[in-house]
Amino acid sequence: MILVVPSLIIALMYAMFVNVPHRPGTPAPFDNACLVMLGVFPLIVMFLITSITMQRERVSGTLERILTTPLRRFDLLAAYGTAFSVAAAAQATLACVISFWLLGLHTEGSPALVFLIAIVNAVLGVGLGLLCSAFARTEFQAVQFMPVVIAPQLLLCGIIVPRDALPNWLQWISNAMPASYALEALRDVGAHPDLTSTAARDIAVVVAFAVVGMGLAAATLRRRTP
Amino acid sequence: MMISSRDELIAGRSEPAVSVEHLTVVRNGRTAVQDVSVQIAPGTITGILGPSGCGKTTLIRSIVGTQVVAEGRVTVLGRPAGSAELRHRVGYVTQDATVYRDLRVVDNVRYFASLYGTGAAAADDAIAYVGLTDHRTALCDNLSGGQRTRVSLACALVAHPEVLVLDEPTVGLDPVLRVDLWDRFRQLARRGTTLLVSSHVMDEADHCGDLLLMREGRLLAHTTPDRLREDTGCQSLEEAFLSVIRHSTAPALG
Repeated sequence: MILVVPSLIIALMYAMFVNVPHRPGTPAPFDNACLVMLGVFPLIVMFLITSITMQRERVSGTLERILTTPLRRFDLLAAYGTAFSVAAAAQATLACVISFWLLGLHTEGSPALVFLIAIVNAVLGVGLGLLCSAFARTEFQAVQFMPVVIAPQLLLCGIIVPRDALPNWLQWISNAMPASYALEALRDVGAHPDLTSTAARDIAVVVAFAVVGMGLAAATLRRRTP
Repeated sequence: MMISSRDELIAGRSEPAVSVEHLTVVRNGRTAVQDVSVQIAPGTITGILGPSGCGKTTLIRSIVGTQVVAEGRVTVLGRPAGSAELRHRVGYVTQDATVYRDLRVVDNVRYFASLYGTGAAAADDAIAYVGLTDHRTALCDNLSGGQRTRVSLACALVAHPEVLVLDEPTVGLDPVLRVDLWDRFRQLARRGTTLLVSSHVMDEADHCGDLLLMREGRLLAHTTPDRLREDTGCQSLEEAFLSVIRHSTAPALG
């Protein structure tokens, strides 16, 4: 499911955009939308999977138990981070291969950069998911964090309304959200043949968000609880 | 005759494996454990007995070092409870079988083996020890409750702990399995493991060398099954416990 679903949805979008007129001199509508999806999917899927798995670990008591073993908290998070990131990498690989080769996605920049950004987004999803799992009492609540944490980021990241056109205060909020940077980086890669300084900075910002998320998540892993 | 930790400690033959001094724990605004002091000798089986909600689990969590403690001191094997070097030496079996239900038995135990750094051979030994070799490749989800409890036990035994803390390990098990488990606990104690076993069923008390009777967060008595019978004049431990409770609350009522 994790592997195939994003690719299927991208294929569905391809079919949707087949008859959409394409103004010469602008990027094809499918290219645009497909890029967005390649960035958004890893974020959403990894956020969901991580937050639910970690929440189960907390509630079932296995977390308390493994924290009585010699395991270090950082190791636990790193293990979760890598395990899920490997799954995310497989997912992103498949989605990228299908988009670029089968569906003819065209970007000015290198597909490798698109892949890199997809992975970074997945790691961001893992970081945010680990953090949010601390605040959910049930799996049901963990799922509800998705609209709370992810939806505003997607609304404000410039997919629906260009960020310049947002009211000032929303621009500020948008500036504080990692997805805005991820999407900006993807756009830049889509439009420029070389890695622009903006894209490089944006990728660094997203990585920083992911690291901070993991760090805060580590702080919520307490060996002693009330 | 079972060794009583009291006799051992009074005789000064050994350092206590677990020492609790004036422990008070507050959970959710309620005092769950109040001013409990107790010393437990190595190589003994100590039963923590009392009705549900009397603070057994909280006391156990304090000894394992997962409980935020309001006051007092808990020392295990000469170190403050929960300190890093104890994590290799103290095994903890939680009340509900905390195993990953979507994993196979052998994967669960191997996972804990790798957490403790003991390896796959230790995992197979632990599975054999709890009598689940036939089920080693079964998914934990497909096991019965009693089998899952034993998987959980194997996950603790895999570390070869010096102190093994078990929270109601025999709840919901059939009588045959219960006897079997107690046999294994005795075996472990003979090898020098210190066992702390909580239960709310008084008939289990006879399996223990030492008894801690708890009620409403307080330690009513630290005794042995025989001494409890002697002091109260009751043959059944159930009655003896009730008599201790009446005795301890009588002054408050009068």
